[in-house]
Amino acid sequence: MKLNFKFFTIKRHLRDKLANSWMLICLSFVIIMPLVIGIGLIYKSGPLLRENSLSSLLFSSDWRPMSGHFGLLTFIVSSVWVTVLALLIAGPICLLSSIHLTQYAQPYVLKIMHPVIDILAGIPSVIYGVWGILLIVPFVSHDLAPFFGMQSSGYCLLSGAIVLAIMIIPFILNILIEVFKTIPNELSEASLSLGATKWQTIKFVLVKKAFPGIISAFGLGISRAFGETIAVLMVTGNVTKIPTGAFQSGYPLPALIANNYGEMLSIPLYDSALMLSALVLFVIVLIFNGLSRIFIMRVEKNT
Amino acid sequence: MEEKPKIRVRDLNIHIGKQHILKNVNVDIPQNKVTVILGPSGCGKTTLLKSMNRLTDLYPEVKVSGNIFIGEEDILHTTTNITEIRKRMGLLSQRPYPLPMSIFNNIAYGLRISGRIQKKTLNTRVEHYLRQANLWDEVCDRLKDPASALSIGQQQRLCLARGLSVDPEIILADEPTSALDPISSDVIEKKFIDLKENYTVVLVTHILRQARRIADNVIFMYMGEVIEQGTAEEIFENPKEERTKQYLRGTFN
Repeated sequence: MKLNFKFFTIKRHLRDKLANSWMLICLSFVIIMPLVIGIGLIYKSGPLLRENSLSSLLFSSDWRPMSGHFGLLTFIVSSVWVTVLALLIAGPICLLSSIHLTQYAQPYVLKIMHPVIDILAGIPSVIYGVWGILLIVPFVSHDLAPFFGMQSSGYCLLSGAIVLAIMIIPFILNILIEVFKTIPNELSEASLSLGATKWQTIKFVLVKKAFPGIISAFGLGISRAFGETIAVLMVTGNVTKIPTGAFQSGYPLPALIANNYGEMLSIPLYDSALMLSALVLFVIVLIFNGLSRIFIMRVEKNT
Repeated sequence: MEEKPKIRVRDLNIHIGKQHILKNVNVDIPQNKVTVILGPSGCGKTTLLKSMNRLTDLYPEVKVSGNIFIGEEDILHTTTNITEIRKRMGLLSQRPYPLPMSIFNNIAYGLRISGRIQKKTLNTRVEHYLRQANLWDEVCDRLKDPASALSIGQQQRLCLARGLSVDPEIILADEPTSALDPISSDVIEKKFIDLKENYTVVLVTHILRQARRIADNVIFMYMGEVIEQGTAEEIFENPKEERTKQYLRGTFN
């Protein structure tokens, strides 16, 4: 009996240790992955960087792989355009709807909205792309561009931004709803009991309290928008020329990689150039995440 | 005959969903006195307090019926703007909820939104209310700091000063000392006794000793009903209801 008992204790302890180490392995896998990807990208873009300076690659728009010119500026500018426009469209929509849903709407509206948001988030991006070609591209080309007195094929940055905005809305909205929900009711009560109106309470107290959360939601939206590939690729036109307006075609970084990797790799340094653009994408998203995190920490310390 | 009560609650019934939270509540709250609403947790004390401020409006699942008169006005069936009614009452909640802004702006907020303050007088008003809450000496050199940097006890006094800043007639306090250490609690309690000269104080608590220390009037509640109400002397020395006696003896279950 006693022996038996001891045997089981040993087994239990062993299992405990084993479970612990397995979890540790899984965890380190998660931690190491981004590091490995980053190092891999740096290593692969090395050959190009040995022959050209980084700044000459980043700030040149001369993209002629056949003659060995790999200026990435066009793609970076296109990516920034699409992302900023998408956030300008999605940001206000998300902020206002999250305020309405959490402050004004009946509880059942939120219950209906949750599955709607989840469906939006779950639609594969290629479907958004097709939908963009069928609906947004003609809309921009026939209605929106003439309205602003412009001409556009419709395959342009704005179409990409509209599609992208709709794709990032569910992500931003979900976080914003959570952010507003976690603000204690007592804070609104305090403001209301001082004779503030509901709108004053929202404007001066709730939005202020939610500010770090709003920034982090937008930051996540930007990260997603920046890296989104297929839907954007399908509607932005993919023309290697620096865009100067929303109605012009562009060629965002992810689209460049997706369109070209695996093809024409016989051109010298071509794959190295694509790896460098992947690295740029990686670093920009990283910097953005980092900045919004630092910002959140500073704001939280000050309120 | 004594003065007319400041607040009269008549046949107040509150349902939250299917639950009957307050059952036919009738209470009188006299002017310039500390009235303590006493009772075990979950008996509806807080709900009663919040209905006086119409904060029950915030929760769509809460259904209110009956009358609450403040002075002559029935605030549940009034044409007066609800923000005007709320301005007449300062609220102090269980835990301090400072607004997400500086110490100075926490007090200035109420003054500013009512829109009847000049820039010049703002500073002196803020100082005045911080002094009233015995907080000025501790914060006078860091008014620009965020209010969340204060200790909990200081925050609660800040909330008291904030409540006073809109010149209310009534102070509603919902277990305001439950998160505080004994010294801060003591400051708040003493403050209430000072304040009753100019304000009508309604205090919700489940702490018997606190009620004994500061109550002029006591309303004893249990399970959504008012069991007994009267002056502190009547309730503490000579309770009529069996349940009140049990609660006072501490043998309540």
